[in-house]
Amino acid sequence: MKDKVITLGHGSGAGLTRQLIHDVFDSQFHLPALDDAVHINDRIVTTTDAYVVQPLFFPGGDIGKLSVTGTLNDLSMSGSKPAFLLASFIIEEGFLIEDLRKIVASMQKAAAEAGVKIIGGDTKVVEKNKCDGIFITTSGVGFIEPEIDLSAKNIREGDKILVNGTLGDHTIAIINARQKLGLEPPPKSDCADLYEIVQILLRSGKLRFTRDATRGGVATILNEIYEETGLGIIIEESKVPVKDSTSAVCGLLGLDPLYMANEGKLLAFINDADDKLIHQLQEHHLGEEASIIGEVTLAVKGVYLRTAIGSLRPLLMLTSDPLPRIC
Amino acid sequence: MDLQKYRQPDLINHVIDDIKKHTASVKFMEVCGTHTMAIGKWGIRKLLPKKIKLISGPGCPVCVTPSSVIDELSKLKKVTIATFGDLLRVPGSSGTLEKARALGLRVEVVYSPMEALELAKQVETIFVGIGFETTIPGIAHTIKIAKQQNVSNFSVLPACKLVPPALEALIAGEETKIDGFLLPGHVSVIIGSAAYNFIPQKYGIGGVVTGFEPLDIIVGIKKLLENLDQPQIINEYERVVTKDGNKNAQAVMFEVFAVQDALWRGLGWIPNSGLSIREEYAQFDALKKYGLRITDIPENPQCRCGDVLQGKIIPPSCTLFDKVCNPQNPVGPCMVSSEGSCAAYYKYER
Amino acid sequence: MSKMCLAIPGRLIKNLDGNKGIVDLGGVSKEISLAFIPNAIEGDWIIIHTGFGLEIMSEKDAFEMINILQEAYK
Repeated sequence: MKDKVITLGHGSGAGLTRQLIHDVFDSQFHLPALDDAVHINDRIVTTTDAYVVQPLFFPGGDIGKLSVTGTLNDLSMSGSKPAFLLASFIIEEGFLIEDLRKIVASMQKAAAEAGVKIIGGDTKVVEKNKCDGIFITTSGVGFIEPEIDLSAKNIREGDKILVNGTLGDHTIAIINARQKLGLEPPPKSDCADLYEIVQILLRSGKLRFTRDATRGGVATILNEIYEETGLGIIIEESKVPVKDSTSAVCGLLGLDPLYMANEGKLLAFINDADDKLIHQLQEHHLGEEASIIGEVTLAVKGVYLRTAIGSLRPLLMLTSDPLPRIC
Repeated sequence: MDLQKYRQPDLINHVIDDIKKHTASVKFMEVCGTHTMAIGKWGIRKLLPKKIKLISGPGCPVCVTPSSVIDELSKLKKVTIATFGDLLRVPGSSGTLEKARALGLRVEVVYSPMEALELAKQVETIFVGIGFETTIPGIAHTIKIAKQQNVSNFSVLPACKLVPPALEALIAGEETKIDGFLLPGHVSVIIGSAAYNFIPQKYGIGGVVTGFEPLDIIVGIKKLLENLDQPQIINEYERVVTKDGNKNAQAVMFEVFAVQDALWRGLGWIPNSGLSIREEYAQFDALKKYGLRITDIPENPQCRCGDVLQGKIIPPSCTLFDKVCNPQNPVGPCMVSSEGSCAAYYKYER
Repeated sequence: MSKMCLAIPGRLIKNLDGNKGIVDLGGVSKEISLAFIPNAIEGDWIIIHTGFGLEIMSEKDAFEMINILQEAYK
C-alpha cells in the first residue's frame, strides 16, 4: 500500500478497503476467512460491525435500527439463526440523552422483532468534537445447523443470481438527508432484517451462497465473487430492479445503483430458478420486487453487464466511494 | 419523458447497419466527457465498424483543471472548500484534496453551487467553480444571489472553461486530423448550435450536436458520415438545443463573468477560454479574497493526459495506463475523473 | 460523482414564482431554480443540471426523431 494516511476512501467498502484489510489487518491477523460472519465451530457463527452513519436519523431508520439489522443480516447470510447481540457505544460529550433514548429504543424494537436479545455492551464518552455524535458497534452470535454450508466455493456455472428488491434506496435516502436535496416525499432507506428471506431461499434447497449488498453495492460483491471463484458473471441491465425515483436521482447526481449501498437487499446464487421460488419471495414484503438479474457463465472472464441495448461491457469493482459514511 | 424509446435495440441495429454501409476510415471526436462515459456505458464502440475511430476530446472539466488549483486550495486554513465530488482525487503537485482532507483540510462535497451558498451561511466557504457552459450559469446565478443576500462568507474560485475556444485551439493546432465532431449536448443547450459554425466555415470539418442516449450518439455518428463531403453543424438534439441557446442563462453568465485566457491542464494557456469574476462581484472572487494564483506547474512527464485530451493518443497508448496508473492509484486527471477518457477506457474498453 | 455535464429531464409540477419550481423525478419531487426558464409551465419537461432548469424539452421533437427513424426502417 503506498498510502501514508487513511482517507475516507479506505472506508468505502470498495477496492481501497480491500487493500487496507489485506495489507494491514490480514497480514497480522491471518484471518480464517474474509466473510462477513465467521464460524467458531459447526454450530456457532459470530460477527461484528461498526456504525457511523450521518445523519443519525433518516427516513426509514436510524443508526440504532441499522446497528441491529446490519449485524443480524451478516449472521443470517451464513444461514444461521441470530440469537444474541452485544452493543458498544462511543458518545460525544453534549449528545442529547433524548436522542440516545430514541436510538436505544429503536435498537430494542429491531432486536425484539427479530426475536434476538441484546445481552450486554459498553459505553464510552469522548470530548466534544472527538466523535460525530455517536458511534455504535454491535457484535452478534447465531446458531447454525451443521449441514448448512453457504459459501462462494459452492457456486457453479449456470447458477442464477437474484436480488430481493430495488437497489440503491438506502444511499439515496442518506444523500437526500445529508445533502439536503429536498426530495419529497423523502426517499426511505430499505434498512431491514433479511432473516426470513434467507430462510425462504434455504427451504427451497436451491441456495448456494448469499451476501447482503451493503457498502460497494452489488457490482463490488460480484467482483469479489469472481476473484474468489474465477467464474464469469453476466448481469442483465434490464432485469435489475431500481425504483423510478432512484433512477432519476441517480441520473441527477451521476451515481449508479449497482455500486450503491443497500441495507435490506441480498444477492443470492441459486442452482436454478423456478417461478415458484420467485413467487414465494414476492409474497414476502421484503421480496416484492425480487428478480433474477443474471447468471454464472464461462462465456466471459470477469463480471459483465448486458446493457439495455444489448451490448456487453465490463462491470468493474468500485475503487473508492465518494460517498462516505452511509452505514 | 420515456427515454426508453432511445434505447430500442432494433432501431439501434438498423442505424448501425446504415453506418456499416459507409466505407471511409474516419476519426470522430466526442468532445464531451459525458459522451465519453455514455459511449463506454452503453458499449457503443463494440457496435461500430473498426473503420470508425472515436477519440475523446478535452471535454471533462475536472481533467483540465490545472494542478495549481489543487495546490492553492490545499494551503487554505480555517475555510471550508465546497466542491463537486470528482475534484477530490485529482492530483495536485503534492497530493489530492482527499489526502489534504485526511490531514485536516475542510472539504465538503456538494451537488449544486447553491448548496455551497447555504453552507456559507454557517461557515466561511469557497466554492470551487469548475465546469463548462452547462454549469457556469448556475455558478453565476449563485454569485448573484450571494450578493443579493449579502453572504460575505461566500466566495468562488473561478476555474470555469469555455468549450468553443478550446475546440478552436485543438483544430488550429492541427495535431490531430479529425473528420467530425460529436458536440456536447448540454453545453449547447446554453450556447446554441450556431456557436460551432466556425468549425465548418473556417476549418471545413462537420459536427453534430447530440444527446446522451445511445440512439442519439449512434444517429450523430451516422449524420457525420453522411455529411463528410458537405461539412456543416447539424443539431440532432433539437428537443432541447436551439440555434442560439438559452439567452437568459447567457445573460446571467456574462453579467457575473468576463472572458479571459485560461490554463487547461495538458493543453496550456488557451486565449479567451476561461472566465474571471467581474469587478462588481469582486468580493466573491476567491482569487482576490485569499490571494490565490493559478500558475502552470509542470506535470509528471510520463503522464500523457495532455495528449489524451487533445485526441493525439488513446489512453492505452500511454505507458502508464493500467500498469502504473489506474483508478485506485491515478497519476493523471483523465484517470481520476469519472468522465475522464482514461477512466472510461479502464472501466469499459479493456 | 457530480457528472459535470450530466443533466436529466424532470417534469415541472409547479412554477412557484418564475424563479423557482417543483419538478417530478420518477415519483419524488424537488425544488429547482427556474432562473433561466422563467416561462416554464406545469407539465413541461425540463432538463436539470446542478439544481437549475437549463431548458424546456420539446416532447414533440423528442419523438419526431424516433418516428422518422421508425418510418425509415419499416
